[in-house]
Amino acid sequence: MFQYILKRLLSTLPVLLGISLLLFFMLRMLPGDPAQVLAGQMASQEDIKNIRQQLGLDKPIFVQYGIFLSRLAKLDLGRSARTQNPVIKEVWARLPNTMLLAVAAITLACLFGIPAGIISAVRPYTWIDYLFTSMALFGISMPVFWLGLMLVVIFSIILQWLPAGGTGSWKHIVLPSFTLAAFVVAFITRITRASMIETLSQDYTTTARSKGLKERVVIIKHALKNALIPIITVVGLQFGLLLGGAVLTETVFAWPGLGRLIVDSILARDYPVIQGTILIFGLLYILVNLVVDLLYAYIDPRIRYA
Amino acid sequence: MHETLQTQVIRNPHRQADSQLRRRWAKLRRNKAALFGGVLILIYLIIALLAPILFPGNPSAPNLMKSLERPSLEHPLGTDELGRSILGRIIYGSRVSLLIAIGVVCVGLFVGVPLGLISGYYGGKVDFGIQRATDTLLAFPGFLLALALVAVLGVGLKNTIISVGISMVPIYIRLVRGCTLSVKEQTYVEAARAMGTRDVTILIRHILPNVMAPITIQTSLGMGTAILFAAGLGFLGLGVQPPTPEWGAMLGSGRAYLFNSPHVATFPGIAIFFAVLGFNLSGDGLRDILDPRFKL
Repeated sequence: MFQYILKRLLSTLPVLLGISLLLFFMLRMLPGDPAQVLAGQMASQEDIKNIRQQLGLDKPIFVQYGIFLSRLAKLDLGRSARTQNPVIKEVWARLPNTMLLAVAAITLACLFGIPAGIISAVRPYTWIDYLFTSMALFGISMPVFWLGLMLVVIFSIILQWLPAGGTGSWKHIVLPSFTLAAFVVAFITRITRASMIETLSQDYTTTARSKGLKERVVIIKHALKNALIPIITVVGLQFGLLLGGAVLTETVFAWPGLGRLIVDSILARDYPVIQGTILIFGLLYILVNLVVDLLYAYIDPRIRYA
Repeated sequence: MHETLQTQVIRNPHRQADSQLRRRWAKLRRNKAALFGGVLILIYLIIALLAPILFPGNPSAPNLMKSLERPSLEHPLGTDELGRSILGRIIYGSRVSLLIAIGVVCVGLFVGVPLGLISGYYGGKVDFGIQRATDTLLAFPGFLLALALVAVLGVGLKNTIISVGISMVPIYIRLVRGCTLSVKEQTYVEAARAMGTRDVTILIRHILPNVMAPITIQTSLGMGTAILFAAGLGFLGLGVQPPTPEWGAMLGSGRAYLFNSPHVATFPGIAIFFAVLGFNLSGDGLRDILDPRFKL
């Protein structure tokens, strides 16, 4: 198992290197002086000169990349052009909010999507299957930001049950997490259904049934357990997608997370913060995939020994 | 008898292709969801083409005397904050959204498909290089990647198409590479190679037609995603800029009037939903017909 983890960790290195290259060249693709871009439009000549020295902009590009990498390793991403706070401080302050929203949404999506997928698979081509698969298709096709606004109209404006935005109590997270969950529940329902249909037709399921086991035991212990790998893959991938959807959901509900931070930073051309947020999103995505891979190995020992 | 039929098929390869097409068409006609999706796309295409006839006049011309009017006979979907007909802007918005969808899949196809073919066919260092670059792009959720590219390229229609298009490229690369890996092992490719056929010819004449099914499915699904991504960027104020009628931007500006005039944000959302639904249903239908193995 240790070897497997080590191998999997090493395989993330090229991707990390790729992300660093992407961030490095992102700034250099912009028109104008990178030091001026990083310092912001209000910066003094002194500030620009300092940044130029820090980044080694007068040195060859390889040296500049080396400096960039060493700063990245220390999580030194400079200061925000708007607030002058260290970028990492800005990003860390918002990260828990985004994680809270994403975890709440993925939990809701699993709580609905997995049972819906199982029911659809157990009763294929019946009205309940059509209901769940139609709901899944609607979920995939619906713009998440529109759904959020419509929920605000219904639950905040008309019924006045829940707040339209902001943070503070458990009530504030209900609408954003529902909105974000609707974004991914469709994929989870669909993959659970497909995976369960496959495992329910396998010989070991027939054997379990012929042994006289209860249908509930056959479905949960024999079919679902073997259907978990693709489900976990999709849940992992969707967690990454949630981070993308969080950008829109956080904007709709004025949720102070990373998504809103990146949008505000793009609008204000605050490039150090844009770089920092993109880096954190990339790292989070890699981390989630890593956890998913480790879960595979835990669930299916064949993967470990392959 | 069996031999005779086989001989006939060999003599008439077009007949075999014809019957396959006919079988697929019959399957498509039986798939009501896919047909409904196709009809939805057709309706949007007709609306986009006939926009000047359906809504004569300028959909971007403001009329502040009529701002935020509720739906009426004169303005069936009401007016926005500048007094512009929401129906008119949705009609013209279909042009923008379809243009973006087509543009985005073109970027994905023209960049992703050749790279996927090369990566899968040649393997080795070329494959390693392309795949690591793909891994890097896939390390970001698609919408975030598009957002990051907008941060570099700037806002506007052209940059929206490029940004969303690039975010689709890694999906095409992975898809085409995977299919190429299996197709290149087929006997007909081996035979073409043995005959001394050039690699480019093998890729275009022998491999590409055999990986077209998943590409077609991805293109249909990709168009739906492109509309969603572009509308998302427009909603954030980072996509197509006003006064161009774009569904996402319309929704974004309607957000400010949600309390008193929710219709401003409601109707553009419905337009986005049905357009994306159309492409998703068609994509699913095409998957059932062209590649049932991937049916979910």
